[in-house]
Amino acid sequence: MTPLFWRACWLIFRKDWLQEQRSRELISLMTLFGLLSTLTFSFALQLDRLSRVESVSGILWVTILFAMILGMDRSAGNDRENETFLAILLSPIPRAAIFIGKSIANGLFALTIGAILIGLMTFLYNLPLLQPMIFLILLLLVVGLSSVGTLLATMTVQTRSRSTLLPIVMLPTALPLVLAAVSATIPLIAQSDVNNSIAMWIQLMAVLDAVYFTLAVLLFDFVVEE
Amino acid sequence: MSAIIQVEALSKAYSYKLALKQVSFEVERQSFVGILGHNGSGKSTLIKLLCGLSKPTHGRITIGGWSIPQELGAVRAQLGLVSHALMLSPMLTARENLRFYGRLYDVPALDERINSLLETVGLTRFADQAIKTFSRGMQQRLSIARAFLHDPSILLLDEPFTGLDQTASTMLINLLEQAQAQGRTIVMVTHQVELALQYCDRLLVLSRGQLQYAGQATDFSLAQYEEILRR
Repeated sequence: MTPLFWRACWLIFRKDWLQEQRSRELISLMTLFGLLSTLTFSFALQLDRLSRVESVSGILWVTILFAMILGMDRSAGNDRENETFLAILLSPIPRAAIFIGKSIANGLFALTIGAILIGLMTFLYNLPLLQPMIFLILLLLVVGLSSVGTLLATMTVQTRSRSTLLPIVMLPTALPLVLAAVSATIPLIAQSDVNNSIAMWIQLMAVLDAVYFTLAVLLFDFVVEE
Repeated sequence: MSAIIQVEALSKAYSYKLALKQVSFEVERQSFVGILGHNGSGKSTLIKLLCGLSKPTHGRITIGGWSIPQELGAVRAQLGLVSHALMLSPMLTARENLRFYGRLYDVPALDERINSLLETVGLTRFADQAIKTFSRGMQQRLSIARAFLHDPSILLLDEPFTGLDQTASTMLINLLEQAQAQGRTIVMVTHQVELALQYCDRLLVLSRGQLQYAGQATDFSLAQYEEILRR
């Protein structure tokens, strides 16, 4: 991967980021969805202290997953509507650079939402979520989900039923990563001394990220071609 | 004049449907070629194949001596595409859009090139406005500037006049004539037969994925076109 390759990644990322800075469409959409889901769960589930520890990690990561699905679908849809994506595909830059640039942009939007939701849930559920390890789990989750999500959103946006199809293909694919994130988070919130178990789940997430990223880079070329 | 585009026995199938059947033609350098046909005749499929956005099922495409899909990078650097779609980011300004695409193509002296193109398409005054505020005509002019940015030798136009008013259409025609005079080859897909007859040197007429006519525009008439559509 040459400096020109990374320059192309940067250009794609910067275009998406600048576009979002102006429109604030994706971040607002994802934040609003995240806030409403969190509040709904908070009011609907009357949880005692013990159940809260077990449920909140699931609520947190699943809400982030759904918010990401919403955001990535909209992002791919915007590119499709104006055929901006077509113009980018016509340029002589590697397809992998397009994928990486878009994944990083999608990932940064998700990290922003994730940080907001972690803060909100700490307040709503009175649990110790503001920990460096929770943010590491967020990072690992977002890397994997934005890799696989960017690929799948690019694929489903070409179909008529794109908004319904993306969750259908994304949820089973994302499940192992979400399960690992939930399993790593529970002992952290419970503040139990099970460092080995947390390390194992985090390692598993890193391996899943590597697998998702590699597969997504390799498959992107086929997905964008008719 | 030598051929810059060579298409030999080109076929494209989508699942069970054959969108293009054994299409062969050549496009000479600096010519203005019109591709005509009704909806579903295979015009847009042909443009996608020429851009390398779609792989042929059979046949061979050579552009400027490079083969598709084997030498796609080299082919893409020679192509500029203008379609009826915007192909630009509405939230960015005209200058930001052109700068983005210019960097993707690694255009040298980019700022000077952008200024010169904005002047050519009459958008210098609006360079720093978000293009979502532009009229359809202004957006299409900027779309043309984007296609010209990397100085491509071939311009592919897919229904470029869709939604343009008379003034914008005239400006587009002038720009295309200038481009041809500067040595560019133009391939335009259109529904507007009269326009193609007036401005194109050569015509290709497609019907049900097959090439029904390939020849000089002066040897072709509206009546012949209607006859092909009726078949």
